[in-house]
Amino acid sequence: MCVNPIRSRRMAPPDPPPRRILAVWLARLAVDRWRLSEGCVPGEGADALPVALVAETAHGPRIAATNAAARAAGVMPATMLADARAVCPEVETRPSDPAGDLALLENLATWVQRWGPWSALDPPDGLLVDTSGVAHLFGGERALLADLLARFAARGLTARAAIAPTAGGAWALAHYGPDAAILAPEDDARARLAGLPVAALRLDDDVLLILRRLGLKRLGDLEGIARDALVRRFRNRRSAAANPLVRMDQLLGRVPEPLVPVVAEVAPLVQRRVSEPLRHRALLDQVLGDLARDMARLLEGRALGARRLELGLWRVDGEVVVRRVELAAATRDPAHIATLFGPRLDDVDAGFGIETIRLRASWAEPLALAQRDFEAAAEHHGTSLAACVDRLVVRLGARAVSRPVAQASHLPERAQKWRPPLDPEHRLAQNEFAFHARPLKLLDRAEPIAVLYATPDGLPRRFRWRGTVHEVARAEGPERIAPEWWREKSTVRLRDYYRIEDSAGRRYWIYRHGLIGDGRGGPPEWFLQGLCA
Amino acid sequence: MIHTPISLPESAGISAAALPHPLTARGEWSPHVPFASHAEVFAPAAEASGAGLALGLARAALAAAPRTAEDEVEDRRAWLWVQDAAAIRLGGRPYRPGLPADLRARLVHVAAAKPEDALFALEEGVRCRDLAFVVGEIAGNPRALDFTASRRLVLAAERHGIALWLIRLGAARDLGAARLRWEARAAPSAQTRWNAHAPGAPAWHAELFRARGVRPGTWTVREDVAGLSAGKPVPDDVRQPDPLPAHGAA
Repeated sequence: MCVNPIRSRRMAPPDPPPRRILAVWLARLAVDRWRLSEGCVPGEGADALPVALVAETAHGPRIAATNAAARAAGVMPATMLADARAVCPEVETRPSDPAGDLALLENLATWVQRWGPWSALDPPDGLLVDTSGVAHLFGGERALLADLLARFAARGLTARAAIAPTAGGAWALAHYGPDAAILAPEDDARARLAGLPVAALRLDDDVLLILRRLGLKRLGDLEGIARDALVRRFRNRRSAAANPLVRMDQLLGRVPEPLVPVVAEVAPLVQRRVSEPLRHRALLDQVLGDLARDMARLLEGRALGARRLELGLWRVDGEVVVRRVELAAATRDPAHIATLFGPRLDDVDAGFGIETIRLRASWAEPLALAQRDFEAAAEHHGTSLAACVDRLVVRLGARAVSRPVAQASHLPERAQKWRPPLDPEHRLAQNEFAFHARPLKLLDRAEPIAVLYATPDGLPRRFRWRGTVHEVARAEGPERIAPEWWREKSTVRLRDYYRIEDSAGRRYWIYRHGLIGDGRGGPPEWFLQGLCA
Repeated sequence: MIHTPISLPESAGISAAALPHPLTARGEWSPHVPFASHAEVFAPAAEASGAGLALGLARAALAAAPRTAEDEVEDRRAWLWVQDAAAIRLGGRPYRPGLPADLRARLVHVAAAKPEDALFALEEGVRCRDLAFVVGEIAGNPRALDFTASRRLVLAAERHGIALWLIRLGAARDLGAARLRWEARAAPSAQTRWNAHAPGAPAWHAELFRARGVRPGTWTVREDVAGLSAGKPVPDDVRQPDPLPAHGAA
């Protein structure tokens, strides 16, 4: 039989290209950012003097980062500012800005996606890029690294980078390896990385201290020790950053290390600035209608529908009022959006006037193009269920609209749970038994009934509930429902349920709470819990 | 009183289904005709007979509604149950395991704090094309539920063709525009085959005291496995025999 080569190739798919992770370490991110904001090249202007970025801590100002001149003068990061001044009295201080640094890092994380399909943040000063199978586009990995370092240098940022089969390996090489190191998939990672210090394992400081005291300084030292001994020493350390064995396995690719990719996302936003501050509701509604139309056009262009909308109102005197609306289903109907915000604006105090109005869709979902005249169609064909639920939720609150879903419990009041109305229902393995007759309605709290005359077998013959005396004419039971001992206290009593009908035909679901002599309280009491149809 | 027979000529441009409630030829009420308007059920607050009767009537009317070809698949439309706070306090909330099996998974419940909010929710529900029917429960005679409000509900329900069953718990018979106005209370249940002392399939005394297009009357309405049936009123001390045919009789 002749084997078709194409067919055989299809049957055995080629191996995927080996995983290649690029790690970038922005070693001087905070100082570089400060220098760029000053607008001077390295070593000149303000950067020629010793400068330290200072963070306020509980024990006083502490140095977060220093420039090259300050380091040359002996000012090291992580020292107290008072100690640093003793070493170098002329050091200048600037406040550090970790939030700004992180924002720059997030910005860079999307920028580095030019070298790979996805990237991840490695706070506070690192980035990871997946370059699997893309290096040939740049002329090989060496050229890719050169290109990356040149572009970072052009932006005035000090960067070190390395490529390795795992994120841990790339991180270790970027921080502690030679410049522009590349660990090829066929290389022996263990041998190549053995000379790196244990700090290359991304461990917490206290673990590094332990390792140093144990005399384990290089990665090769860790490999030299029997694995069981290390397992025993770090058996209580679950998190990866506290367990050198887990980190070592991640470094060598023996265990997977999930990374959270960065996805650039821009929330649709429309805004109106008015020349004359708005003080009246009618004008605000007008602007809101315009904004809703702008938003609808913007969303339509991206084939999105809004699930959550935020309306910000900036007042002349600096106050900001924010109103938020969540929708049951994605929509971009301007009339619907304006209607939902209408009741939310009743209590807005305009003060001296509102100068800027901004509408932002902070949560949007894909929504294909559909009919446009939602509101006009509603007059003729009625609204959709999602629109109906939206209107009800806006007026009555999110907790008022719900649907009952079955819950795995024997206790009647726990057997159903109220969930948002349009959430998908997940099926339970076990449903209610068909031979269990349950009442149509259940009281929120079971109400005690006064038994006036009981039959010898314990069932009340006559009882009083809400001031009315009921003669029991027919009864079925008991159905014994035991407490959920795995959840409740041991003193909770069991319940014997009876379905009863009184002489007028009224049907109820009552229960006796406990048994005589069960040792869990006094004589059992009777409760009425449900009303049968 | 308008007597619109079901045999309305098609040339009039109105199909029988478009009428609020097509009637039997003799103007007699029957549970097995479609209904797409506003009905009220007055019931005591201390029993679930109002809700039971309203649900039974709603299901019977739904089953009788003409179905188009695309409706051949199972009806999966949601239905709305609106309660105000007083109704919840008096009669409790709907209990999923006790609902009819075909309605369990489709319930959307609205707990309104005030009767005004409940009326708003009822009107929104009636205007929604994706609902099968709407059930409301309002306790007493609140000021908000006057003739104008009920007329609004009638117009909205008939415009969008969604039936609205409003249960009035412990309310006096006030002015109202509902097309059918019932007074319901519990009746002794039917006998069960295996346990003569057990409550059986539910039954209600139902008095149709005001109706448009049909003759008012009094019935004992029963709901069992065969569906809803309305019979002559029976006194409280008589129990209906078990409606199930005996095993092995065929």
